[in-house]
Amino acid sequence: MAEKKLMKGNEAFATAAMNAGCRYYFGYPITPQNEVPEFMSRELPKAGGYFIQAESELGAMNMAYGAAAAGGRVLLSTSSPGIALMQENLSLLSSVELPVVLVSVMRGGPGIGSIQPGQADYEQATRGGGNGDYHTIVLAPATIQEACDMIYKAFDIADEYRNPVMVCADGMIGQMMEPVVLPPEKAPLTEEEIWEKKPYALTGHKWKRERNAINSVWLQQELLEEYIYQYWPKYEKAEAELQDWEAINVENCDTLFVAYGSVSRVVKEAMQALEAEGYNVGLIRLKTLWPFPHKAFELIGDNCKNIICCELSMGQMMKDVKAEVEGKYPVHLINRVGGMLLDPIEVVDRTKKILEVK
Amino acid sequence: MAGKRIFIAGFGGQGVLLIGQMIAYAAMFEDKEVSWMPSYGPEMRGGTANCTVNVSDAPIASPLVAECDVLITMNGPSLDKFESMLVPGGDLFINSSIIEQKATRDDINVHYVDCQHLAEVEVGNGKTQNMVMLGAIINATGVVHMETMQKVFEKVFTGKKAKLIPKNMEALSVWQPA
Amino acid sequence: MKPVFEYTRGMREKELHYCPGCTHGIAHRLIMEVLDEKGQLGDAIGVSPVGCSIVSHQYMNVDMLESPHGRAPAVASGIKRVHPDAPVFTYQGDGDLASIGTGEIIHAAERGEKFTTIFINNAIYGMTGGQMAPTTLIGQTATTAQEGRTVAQAGYPLQMCEIISQIKSAVYVERVTVTSPADVRKAKKALERAFKVQEMKLGFSFVEVLSTCPTNWGLPPVKAIEWLRENMMEYYPVKQFKCPEEVK
Repeated sequence: MAEKKLMKGNEAFATAAMNAGCRYYFGYPITPQNEVPEFMSRELPKAGGYFIQAESELGAMNMAYGAAAAGGRVLLSTSSPGIALMQENLSLLSSVELPVVLVSVMRGGPGIGSIQPGQADYEQATRGGGNGDYHTIVLAPATIQEACDMIYKAFDIADEYRNPVMVCADGMIGQMMEPVVLPPEKAPLTEEEIWEKKPYALTGHKWKRERNAINSVWLQQELLEEYIYQYWPKYEKAEAELQDWEAINVENCDTLFVAYGSVSRVVKEAMQALEAEGYNVGLIRLKTLWPFPHKAFELIGDNCKNIICCELSMGQMMKDVKAEVEGKYPVHLINRVGGMLLDPIEVVDRTKKILEVK
Repeated sequence: MAGKRIFIAGFGGQGVLLIGQMIAYAAMFEDKEVSWMPSYGPEMRGGTANCTVNVSDAPIASPLVAECDVLITMNGPSLDKFESMLVPGGDLFINSSIIEQKATRDDINVHYVDCQHLAEVEVGNGKTQNMVMLGAIINATGVVHMETMQKVFEKVFTGKKAKLIPKNMEALSVWQPA
Repeated sequence: MKPVFEYTRGMREKELHYCPGCTHGIAHRLIMEVLDEKGQLGDAIGVSPVGCSIVSHQYMNVDMLESPHGRAPAVASGIKRVHPDAPVFTYQGDGDLASIGTGEIIHAAERGEKFTTIFINNAIYGMTGGQMAPTTLIGQTATTAQEGRTVAQAGYPLQMCEIISQIKSAVYVERVTVTSPADVRKAKKALERAFKVQEMKLGFSFVEVLSTCPTNWGLPPVKAIEWLRENMMEYYPVKQFKCPEEVK
């Protein structure tokens, strides 16, 4: 078995990306993800890779665009206001079908907000603020190990779907340390392999093929419509194939929690306490935020009387849950916002209140 | 609840985060489940610092805790602020070198550790105060084994720093529970 | 019979959409000629801006992509990391480079990026219909400065070569124009030096091309050239600002 290492989340994210063959990282300092650029500035050059501290998140995102267009595996990381700045290119990269992996270490918002953990970027991640018809594929880890595995896999998903993939961590997972087993190292693609495996990539045409042009502007709207219909099926494929979740006692529970990320861990601890007092509780933990794991909700059994969404936002995820259950169950919210955190005792107390009121 | 929830608080520069990391390393080497969660942000530049360490035989659910089994206070404000977090029967460690007040509760085990005196006089190195406290935690609670610490130090103190290992090991043993 | 002038294979055989009298076509061709003569058309990668030349990838026979507005220098920085030996260039207008993209161009220059920027300055927003640019001259009319640009309302125009040449890592900076055959030849020499600087990895290279926009200036092509020579060249002197010894 591979060696366990005690690693800080942010450093583990960066290491997992390098092990996936990523050799390009572009970033701008923002708390609470600064360990990622710090780590990459030190480690990437040693591995023959490149780090640039960009002039802004806009700069970083566009460097990523260039490197992805040139055939490289690129990692970006930032926190909430930085993602806001990068929205332009999430739309653009989707429009030109280029793969990048973006780690979002969410903090409290809106505005400049707080630097403590948050989840109020659920809609920013799953709906996006970029223009036009597109989706970002969004994964949500709850542990550092899971974050490493997801980032590693995200590069393959991004390449397969030729689309940006966002890994939504939060300040807690970024800053904490846990033992982790790193995924095995993959070599980055050589120039020849880029030519062969990424025929769209800008490499210089070498007079061996027609010149490649990556374009996002369509001056004839008929052609743009045609183009959108041409790439849209990949999102349907993603909805069919990528939905992922963890289910605990979903079939039998009276009270079903829904949560994701670090909050789901707090909920699990609260569930132990509730079970000890005789409550029959279950959990759906979202591992993909987009596509939303609709299939998990098909598992809900006849006992279910209440659904409780636990999240660090004013109920952004809850809207998706409500849409999913279509009024069949009352859906409640246990939340904190602005960088304040839920702890297990608060979840237990508020759960009891919700169930008493009934 | 299996395992120990440990909360360590003080101000920046006292090695609060390091004490927590040492416990986390040791627990990992002992094949236990563990998480280490710091406070972070501007406050880490010299203001208050704290961290939470969870050690358990089962996977760690919440890395954050609302209550703890072991509380280490390295300065007075931390004692005032966090004493109530400790569960009844829990262990409270007070850095009595700089904390003049006593614990206010009588339903807990209180350990006064004169980190500065022990480090300067017994170990002969004032920089080992945090290791004196770490030793106290291990000796009083048994959260990890003392033998594991040699391995941890070998992992953490490499190269030029390797020569610090004997002094640090010594610091771990100077405080013993009464 | 020996032809004296031919279609360069650096240009794809497409009809340009640029207005009559616009100098984009000349600038396009010069860049492609220089790369062809260096034997680098097959290796080159270009970045087009947002502006009239957004679709220059339809004309230039090299691998290219479209950048979001103003971000071309950041995009080129990313490309250059993946293909450090490929000749990489950005082709940007004044709204793109001197307005929305000032951050990107300044910091690409600061990092001493080993690519070449060709800056087309026609003192107006062309594609969007003649709005005031950062380089619009005092008194020059625009659809958003209908009585002419005033200092009180919009300050003085930005002089990009003068700014860029202050940055130590920008080692080659030259302003040219393409309003006469002699100027065209000089412009080509400047581009040759710029790509040479890039090839030798000496630092950032920047060539500004004073250009015409007859449509949005409201002038016939020949008058536009006269207007450029009479008005723009005073405020934007055509000269070499910086050149490393190695390429002189």
